[in-house]
Amino acid sequence: MVPLSAYVAVSAVLFITGLLGVLIRRNFIIVLMSVEIMLNAANVNLVAFSYYLESMAGQLVALFIIAIAAGEAAIGLAIIIVVFRGKISTNVDEMNLLKW
Amino acid sequence: MVLVFFTYFALVSIAAGVLTVALKHPVHCGLALLALLLHVSGLFILLNAEFLWAVQVIVYAGAILVLYLFVLMLLNLKTDDRYFHSSYLYFLAPASLGSLYVLALLVRSPFGGAKGDAPTVAVLQDGDTYAVGIKMFSEYLLQFEVVGVFLLGAIIGAIVLAKTPKPIGDKREG
Repeated sequence: MVPLSAYVAVSAVLFITGLLGVLIRRNFIIVLMSVEIMLNAANVNLVAFSYYLESMAGQLVALFIIAIAAGEAAIGLAIIIVVFRGKISTNVDEMNLLKW
Repeated sequence: MVLVFFTYFALVSIAAGVLTVALKHPVHCGLALLALLLHVSGLFILLNAEFLWAVQVIVYAGAILVLYLFVLMLLNLKTDDRYFHSSYLYFLAPASLGSLYVLALLVRSPFGGAKGDAPTVAVLQDGDTYAVGIKMFSEYLLQFEVVGVFLLGAIIGAIVLAKTPKPIGDKREG
C-alpha cells in the first residue's frame, strides 16, 4: 500500500520543478509548459487526497483544473503568436511593452 | 505490485518534468512534457480515477500538447544561446534547499482527516465515471456551467487575439 505522503511528495517535487522552470527559462513557450507541469502536480495532489479521504470532490476539482489549463494554453499561445508577429522574439526578457 | 507501478510512474514523471525544464530545444521539451502527462495519468489509474485518466490522455496529451506543437511549428523557433535566466544558479540552490525541507515535512506528516461519502468499494461498484457524473451534475452543476462559460470566453479571446489584423495605413506592417 502506497502511503498518501508518497503521492504528496511526488506532487511537491513536480510543482517545484515547474516553478523553477517558470523562474529560470526565458522562452515563453517553455514557461507555459512549466505552468502545465505545476497544474499537473496540483492534479496529482487532489486525486490522491480524493482517494485516501474517500471523497469525489478532489477528482471534480481536478477535472475543472484540466478545463482551466486548456483555456490557459489557448490564450497563452494566442498571445505568443501576437507578440511574435510584432517581430519580437519569444524571450520573456525582451517582452517589456504592453502596446506598440 | 502497486508499489512497483507507483515507483515507476513517480520516478519517470519527475525525470520527465526535469527534462522539460532543462532541455534546450522547445520540441524536445514538448516531447518530455508528453512523457510527463502520460505517466501522471498512470498515477491516476493507481488512484482509481479512470475517468480522469481518459480526460488526461485525451485533453492534455491529445489537445493541449498538439496545440503547443502546432505553435512551435508555426513560429519555427531558433534555439537561443542564452536560454536560462542569467543568474539561475541563485534560484537553484535556495529552491532545492527549501524543497528538501518541505519534502521532509510532507513525508513525516500523517495527513488524517474527515472521510467523505465515497469509499473505494462504493466507487468501484458502478465505476469511477458513474461516480464523477453523479457528483458533477448534482452538487457541482453551477461550477460545471461556469467552466463552460469560461471555455467559451477563452475560445473567443484566442480567436480575437490570433486573428490577422487588417493593415491600418502604413503605420504597422504584417
